Order: sequence, then C-alpha cells, then structure tokens
Amino acid sequence: MNIADPTFEWFALSPVLAVLAAACLGVLAEAFLPQKPRYYAQLALAEIGLLGGFALLVWNWSAAAVSASGAPQAVTGAKLAMGALVFDPPSYLFWGALLVFGALAVAVFGERAMTGATAFAASVSAIPGSQAEADAIAAKREHTEVFPLALFSLTGMMVFGSAGDLLTMFVALEVMSLPLYLLSGMGRRRRLFSQEAALKYFLLGSFASAFFLFGMALLYGYSGSFDFAVIDTSLATSEMNRGILLAGLGLMAVGLLFKMGVVPFQSWVPDVYAGAPTPVTGFMAICTKLAAAAGLARVFFVALGGERWSWQPVFAVLAIATMAVGVILALSQTDLKRLLAYSAISHAGFLLTAVVGAYQFVPEGQLNSLGAIFYYLVAYGFATIPAFAIITTLRDTSGGEATDLAKWSGLGKSNPLLAGIFSLLLLSFAGIPLTAGFIGKWAVFAAAWQGGFWWLAITGIGFSLVAAYVYIKVIVAMFFGEPAEGVQLGQASMLTWLPISLGAIGTLWLGLFPAQLMDLIAQAQVFVK
Amino acid sequence: MILLETMAAGAISYAWLMIAVPAVSAALLLLLGKAADAWGHWLGVLAALASFAVAVACFGQLLASAESAREVTVPLFTWITTPTWHIDAALLIDPLSILFALLITGVGSVIHIYSVGYMAHDERKRRFFAFLNLFVAAMLILVLSDNYLVLFVGWEGVGLASYLLIGFWQHKPSAAAAAKKAFVMNRVGDLGMTMSVFTMLALIGSSSFADVNAAAAKLPWGWVTAIGFFLLLGACGKSAQVPLQAWLLDAMEGPTPVSALIHAATMVTAGVYLVVRSHAIYAETEAAALAVCVVGAVTLLVGAWIGCSKDDIKKVLAGSTMSQIGYMMLAAGIGPAGWAFAIFHLLTHGFFKANMFLGAGSVMHAMGDDVNMRNFGALRKAIPITFWTFAMGYLAIIGFPGFAGYFSKDHIIEAAFEHGPAFGIIAILGAGVTAFYMTRLMLMTYFGEARWEKDIHPHESPLTMTVPLMILAAFSVIAGFLMNGWISGWLNPGLGVAEHEAEWLPTPVGLVTLVVIAAGVFLGWQLFGKKPVPKEVPDTSNPLVIAGRNDVFGDAVNSALAVKPTMLLADTTVANDTWIIDRGVDGLATGFLELSRVGRKVQTGQVRSYALFMAVGVFLVGVLVIVGQLG
Repeated sequence: MNIADPTFEWFALSPVLAVLAAACLGVLAEAFLPQKPRYYAQLALAEIGLLGGFALLVWNWSAAAVSASGAPQAVTGAKLAMGALVFDPPSYLFWGALLVFGALAVAVFGERAMTGATAFAASVSAIPGSQAEADAIAAKREHTEVFPLALFSLTGMMVFGSAGDLLTMFVALEVMSLPLYLLSGMGRRRRLFSQEAALKYFLLGSFASAFFLFGMALLYGYSGSFDFAVIDTSLATSEMNRGILLAGLGLMAVGLLFKMGVVPFQSWVPDVYAGAPTPVTGFMAICTKLAAAAGLARVFFVALGGERWSWQPVFAVLAIATMAVGVILALSQTDLKRLLAYSAISHAGFLLTAVVGAYQFVPEGQLNSLGAIFYYLVAYGFATIPAFAIITTLRDTSGGEATDLAKWSGLGKSNPLLAGIFSLLLLSFAGIPLTAGFIGKWAVFAAAWQGGFWWLAITGIGFSLVAAYVYIKVIVAMFFGEPAEGVQLGQASMLTWLPISLGAIGTLWLGLFPAQLMDLIAQAQVFVK
Repeated sequence: MILLETMAAGAISYAWLMIAVPAVSAALLLLLGKAADAWGHWLGVLAALASFAVAVACFGQLLASAESAREVTVPLFTWITTPTWHIDAALLIDPLSILFALLITGVGSVIHIYSVGYMAHDERKRRFFAFLNLFVAAMLILVLSDNYLVLFVGWEGVGLASYLLIGFWQHKPSAAAAAKKAFVMNRVGDLGMTMSVFTMLALIGSSSFADVNAAAAKLPWGWVTAIGFFLLLGACGKSAQVPLQAWLLDAMEGPTPVSALIHAATMVTAGVYLVVRSHAIYAETEAAALAVCVVGAVTLLVGAWIGCSKDDIKKVLAGSTMSQIGYMMLAAGIGPAGWAFAIFHLLTHGFFKANMFLGAGSVMHAMGDDVNMRNFGALRKAIPITFWTFAMGYLAIIGFPGFAGYFSKDHIIEAAFEHGPAFGIIAILGAGVTAFYMTRLMLMTYFGEARWEKDIHPHESPLTMTVPLMILAAFSVIAGFLMNGWISGWLNPGLGVAEHEAEWLPTPVGLVTLVVIAAGVFLGWQLFGKKPVPKEVPDTSNPLVIAGRNDVFGDAVNSALAVKPTMLLADTTVANDTWIIDRGVDGLATGFLELSRVGRKVQTGQVRSYALFMAVGVFLVGVLVIVGQLG
C-alpha cells in the first residue's frame, strides 16, 4: 500500500492556523498564567490571532493577485491540505468576514468596565446560588477560557465554509459547535436560564448533527466519495437509486439549515439567543450564520448544483416559512434579545431566498447569489454585533442587563447618541434605504428574481414591510416613549464602544457607498469545484 | 456643472450679471434677516438698477452691431447631460429678449423706487424687496434663456415670486387664498408647458429655440399642433387668458407695486412672449395659431366687460390688463404680420399700465387704502400729480392720437382686420369698451363730487412715489411715437417679421376706431359725468352687468368644471382611504399581531417539543422533496 506523504500549503493555510495557534496558546495561558494578568493576556492573544489572521489573509490575496511576472491576475484559488480545504475566492471573502466580525465580537467579550467583571460566570462549576458561587464572585474569579473557546469555534467556522469534502465539513461542524454550546451556558446572571439554553442548544444541535451525518453517509453511498467535486460528477454518472441521493440531500439540508436557524429547525434560536450571555449572542448571530451560509452554498451549489431542480422548491417553501415565522412572531416580543432572535430567524429566511435563486453566471461586475448572500451577511454583521453590544449597556437596578423593551422607553431623550445609533442599526435590519441592510435586501431579492423566483422575491419584500413594524416599534419607544424608571446606562469602555461605532460607520458606509465592496465581491464570488 | 467658455464679447459677455445681481441680492436679503432691515430696501433698489444698467449696455452693444450680428448666444454651463439629452444653460441676447430685459429692469427699477415710499411703514419691507428681486431674476431667466427647459425654470420662478407677493399680506385670509388660487391655476398652465417640453425632448431631442425652430417644419402636423396647444395652455395660465383668467382679479390682493410690476407690466405678458418666441411652431399649424387668436379675442372682450362693472379701482385695471393682453395674444396669433405689434403693444402697455397701477396705489395711499371708487370723486385737486400722470396713462390706453397706446393698438386692429373681419370688429369693439370703462374710472375717481368716507384727508404721495409716476407718464406719452417707426425693423432679424411701412396718419379703419373710441368716452361721460355717482351699488337686472360684477362667472365655471369634480374625487379618495385602505391595513396589522400571539405558543420552552418540531420538520422536508420529484 502506497501512502503519500501529506502536504500542507502553510502560507495559504496561515489565516486559519493563526487563529488555531492563538487558541492553543490561550489554553496554555489559562493553565500557566496567574489570575490577574490572565484576562489581559487572553484578550490580547485573541485579538492578535484574529487580526494577524486577517493580515495574513490580505497578504495571501495580494500575493495571489499578482502573477510571477508582476502583472495583476485574477485570484483563482487552490485546494489545500490534499483537498480537505478549498481556498478559493469565496473562501477569502468568508474568512475575511469571520476574522473581522470575530475580532469585533471578541472585543465585546472582554468588556468589564460596566460591572467590574465580564459577562461570564465567575465559576461555571459552582451551583447557581451556592456558597461556592458567592466565594468565586468575591474572589473576582473569571472564566477567561471564553477567548480560546471563541477562537476554536472560529477555526471550525473557517474550515466549515471552505471544506472540500463532507468529512472535513462534519469535523468542522463539531469544532465550531461544541465551544458555542459551552459559551452559551456561561452567563454570569440568570445562570439557570443560561445553562438551560446551553443544554437545549447541545441536545438539538446533536440531533441535527445526526441528520447531517446520516445524509453524508447516504451521499457517500450514492457517489462513492465525500469529495464535493466527485459528488458533482457522480450526479450524471452514478447508477445508484436516485432515492438515496434525494434522501441524502434532504438530510444534509436539515443539518445545515439547523445552523442557519431556518424554519422548521429554528426552535432553538429564541431560547439560546435569549439565554446566552449577550456578547456570545452577538458572536453567534453573525459568525455562525456566515459559516452556515458558506457551507450551505458550497454543498448545494458545488456538490449538488446539478440537482438544484430537486432542492430549489424545498428551499423556497422553507424560505417563506422562515420569513413568516421570524417576522410574525417578532411582532409580539417584549424582550429585546428575543426580538432580535426572531429577527435573526427572519434574516435567515431572506438569505435563503438568494440561495434558492442559485443565480450563478452573471454579467461582469454584478453580484450572483453567493455575492448577494455575502453582502447581506456583511450588512447584517455590521448591524448585529453593535446591536447586541448596545443591549449590554442598559442596566437595571441590580446591575443586570435590562432587556425588557419597556425599559428602553425614552432612551432617545436621555441618551440621543446611543439611541440614534441603535435606531440606525434597527433601520438597517429593516432594510431602509441609505443603510447597508437595504442594499443587502436588494441584492438577495435581485438574486432570487434573476434565478427565476420572482414570486419569492415579492413575498420577501412583503415580509420586509411587515418586519419594519418590529424595528420601528423599538425606535418609537425610544424616542417618543416616557423615560423608563429604574434603568441607567453602564459606563462602557472602548471594548464595547469600538464595535458599536465601527458597526454604525460600516452600516452607513455600505448603505451610502456600496460600490466598493460590491466590486470586491464581484471578483470573488465563484466557487472552485 | 461644467462652465462653458463664452464667445460673446463686450457687455454681452456680462449679461449673466443681469440675473445674478438681483438673485444674489434676494438671497442676501432673505439670509441676513433682521440685520438688513434698516437698509435692505435700498440694496433691492440698487440691484434692480444695476441689472438695468447691464441691460442698457447690452442693448447699446446690439444697437451698434450689424443687423446680422444681433443674435448672440452666451453659453453659461452644462446643465443636464444624459445619453439622450444634452442641455446647456445659455443666454440668448437678441432684439426680442433685450427689449424684454429693458422693460423688466427699467420698469422694475422704477417700481422698486416707488415701493420704497409705498411700503415705507410695512414691517416686512425687507422681505418684500427680496421677493421683488427674486421676481426680477426669475423673469430675466425666462426671457433671456435660449432653451424652453431653462425658460421653464424662470417660468416657475416668476410663479413662485407671484405667489409670495400676492400673499405678501398673509395675515389677510383673502390674500392667502388669492395667492393659492393664482398658484393652483398656474399649475394648470404649467402642465401645458411641461407637456410641450416633454414633447420637444421626445420628438426633437432638444429643447433649445434654435433646434426646435429648425425642426418645426419637419414635424408631423399633429405633433406640431399639439406643441402649439400645449404652449398656448401655458401662455393662458401665465397671462390670465380665458379659460385660465380667474386668478388675475384676486391677485390684486397683493401690494399695488406688485400688481403694477408682475400682474400688469411683465409677468402676465410672458404668455405673449412665449407665443412670439415659438413663432416657428405656430407658422406650421394654422389650428393652433387660430386658437391663439380666438383666446386673445375672447379675453379682450371678457376683460373689458369685467372692467366695466367693477367698483374696485385695481380690479378695473386688472380687467383692463386681461383685455390688453388679449390684444397682444390676438396679434401674436395673426402671424408674421402681428408679431412685432404684439411686442410693441406689450411694451407700451407695460409703461402706461404700470403708470396707472402705481397711480391707483397713490390714490389708495391718499384714501387710507380704500379701493372702492364709489368712495372717491373730485380727487384731481387733492392729488394733482397723481391725477395728471394718471391722465397720461388714460389717454394712452384709450388710444388718444399721439399717445403710446394709439400707435400700438391701432396697428393690431389693422392687422386683425386684414386677418379676418370678425377679429377686426371685436378689436374695434374692445377699443370702444376700453374707452368707456376707463372714462368711467377717471370720472368716478377724479371728477364729480367728493364721496369720501369720514376722516379721510387726501394728500399727495411722497417724491419716491410721484417721481416714478412722472417717469412712467412720460413714457406713456412718448413711447409709441418713439418706437413706431423703428420696432418692426428692429425685430426683423430675430422673427423674420414682415417689414411694415410705419403708418403715421389714420387709415379708414383707424378713423372708424377713433369714432368708436369717442363714442365710448361719450357714453362714459353720459352715465358717470353728467349725473352724480351713487355711493351705494345700484341694483340692476341687467344680465351683462351682473355677469361683469361676478367676473363673467369665471369662478362659477371653474367650480363646476374643476373644483367640484376634484373635490368629489378627493372625497371619494378620502372615503376609500378611511374605509377600505385604512380598515384593510389595520385589519391586516391586527391579523398579524393576533397570529403572532397565537404562534408564539408553539415556543413552549420544552426541548422535547422542539425536538418533535424538528422531527416533523424533517418529515416535511422529505415530503417536499418527494412532491418536487412528482412535479
């Protein structure tokens, strides 16, 4: 038996490896550093890992964009680590977004100026309400493992969206999910609520993973390979029963749509988003969605693109159901985190319309389905991280976050700047023109329309109209409601304010001047098979 | 905005200053606020005078040029560039436009000076002068542009200034309503303007006078007629011609200098300018040209008719203005034979009507802002300067031989007879009626017994008001004589008008006209000079008088034809909005909220039910996949 030596393209892999290395160093730091400097070391390590990874990614791109003779050339991409990873132009996009949004979200993790401690439990192992917990709080203990956990999760996300075969994808799925389950359960306040959310997320996530795995096995049975490119060719050549293919396709879809939070696999979203520590919710909301969307697009555009007549109608029905559930149930929410959770579900639905369009071959300079999805996610990320960061700033008398919508009444009078930024972000969620969200919605609906699903685009526009009520309700409460009693704004540090202001700037910038990012995306929106 | 290099030389290359100076002055007066209250009106006067100086310089340069070189285009900047259309903003200085520029800035300056006296005690004097300057700038854009689209900018600008100035005394509900009425009725005309520009851009690809004139002959008859009617609609709105005449009488709610400048001398004649400027269009379409004549003839009579039966001195003059513009329209519709006379009458009318309006302002000044002529009488001794200057205007408008109106009106009547006897008879009849109602005005105001209200002590106006009156009176006397032998030749290159032999002695038609005028004057003296004028409005069963007192039922017609149907449509729309759309939207919103309240119960918080939900979901996906295969 002849086993070839494994080969690794270290330079191309370096963005992922930087994050992974930072995570591993974080574990070491957790073990060996004393308590006091540990927080600073972990925060610095995480940010260096993420921003370093981003720098390496940019370096990679600029190196690839220049030919040996020095002339500019199109970035084509390559398969890395013997086909396990595909480092193609879309990978650059999604990795870049994951690293930037990861860096912003992790900064919020580090916020402790408002209450003197991070949003994470002092001691996760201590039973809530016990003496051990009280002792841990008194000793100012902190779980700084949250930083390496987030980095591990991000490593998984980066690999997930760029996997070249199903096996890598499954491993990446678990690598990204397991730390998220943990992070969700580490809330400092309302710990039982947080732990309950983590357990639900874990149980339902495992359930979904099982479907994913089953679907994988069936696809392997049909095509004889895990490799996306081989599965693609097998669609035309395989002599197996088509039923196996369809069952595998359906079950794979279940696993992937679960991560996106698409109806009917959305039940976990409101509970987990509400129960998880708010910085983690912000992190999950954008980064998980980025990874899941990239993975979904890669599996269904690359491996199963030839079978799109089978899955487009299914996804179309689910997209409508998702938009409907997300929007309609958001109408009656009174808790801001839950409201944004339902908003996240509706956004998954809007995203799915572009997937359904499967619009791939576009005139030069226009966005295809993947480009539209990416633009939408960038717009969503610039709005959602600061939105959840803003939620951490309003505190009730006990020092806990005041997430009840009634507590936000009248904020526009006491703090017009913060309320103004929050309103801008909400308008972007709603897709109002001059914000990034508008361009994002326009892009995904255009992709659906161009792909032949004009009725889906019109349905989506209808639901975005209804959704506007949800967000404007909050703005009206903030600016026209009587100021609420018993709440005050925490004195947040730069770790919260930087993501908020960058997000607000990004939201406005991408709404006013979308052309730059669109041009960049247009160069890099085609998967390599 | 790309500035274009100008090829014009001398004063004409600075022609843009004519517009820029009053525009900047208007902006300054409005922006500086109270800081400019003390001296703002003098800035306004200076701006108008500066503009006049530039106009005179440009005129001088044109006079000195060879006849073939009297049409100068001054490019300013590129305004609109699209793949289909390219529109430059440019000024066209030619014999026609420069006459207008002189009238606007010249009479405008005089009226600015007059206003210093007239508005001396008004708290919002600075704003008044700002609006006057704005008007001058906009009116100059209108007449100087070389392009229908740029003309339209000025067209709307004067409409705005007119609206602001009619409603200047906004504390009076009647003034506010009159401003709105003028604005809305002008929108109807503006619709015609925009449609004509759209048609030009669509068919010709350009809206510049040169391109449109060149292309007019090649257009299909239907389209050139359509453009002609669209332009006529625009002209009717701006010039208060039947059927869009009703706003002009109400517009007298504005301060009197406004009535003189905008609603007598300049803006309301823009329609005549438009028709004359579009002569190439009307040369191609008999139907539209005939429509212009008919509109002019009808308005000529309607305006005179209204003038006969009003007791409000300004409304008599307003009716008279409509009537005189009707003459101009008639002349403009006649064709090459009438164009020069339309402009000639426009200029002389600009002088004598501004003169009489300012005179009426001076009378009002003397009589405590009363406008009812039944409260006047015997004023010739009390305010002699006003009386004598007004008398010059009177002689000019009735066409007393040698005075300004005599020459210009006589030419129009002659041309109308040549065009068609019906038009000629109407024109002569109009001249007689004009003589009648103007005599009535003179007798009721200046002669007879004093019928003054208590505590009214008439006094002559200050010099700032009487000097302008004298200037305008002088022009009312000599303008016709000065221009009679000259104007046809002057306008010849731009319009290609038929050269007329200047007539100095009355022709047979002219003699008949003089007889009819004399009859009008005599009749007026019989009714209002020989016997005392009653202070109360006499009852009458004469349907002609009743119609005249009611503005020939213009408002009633508008109400029945436009206002009532529009209100019905509006009411229906409101009802539809309230009962169907609002109910529908509210119901939809309630429905969604109810759905939301029910739907959230699915989110039980129990992980087992979530898992069940997922399992059902998997089943659903399976069903969908299978259904998809069947389809």
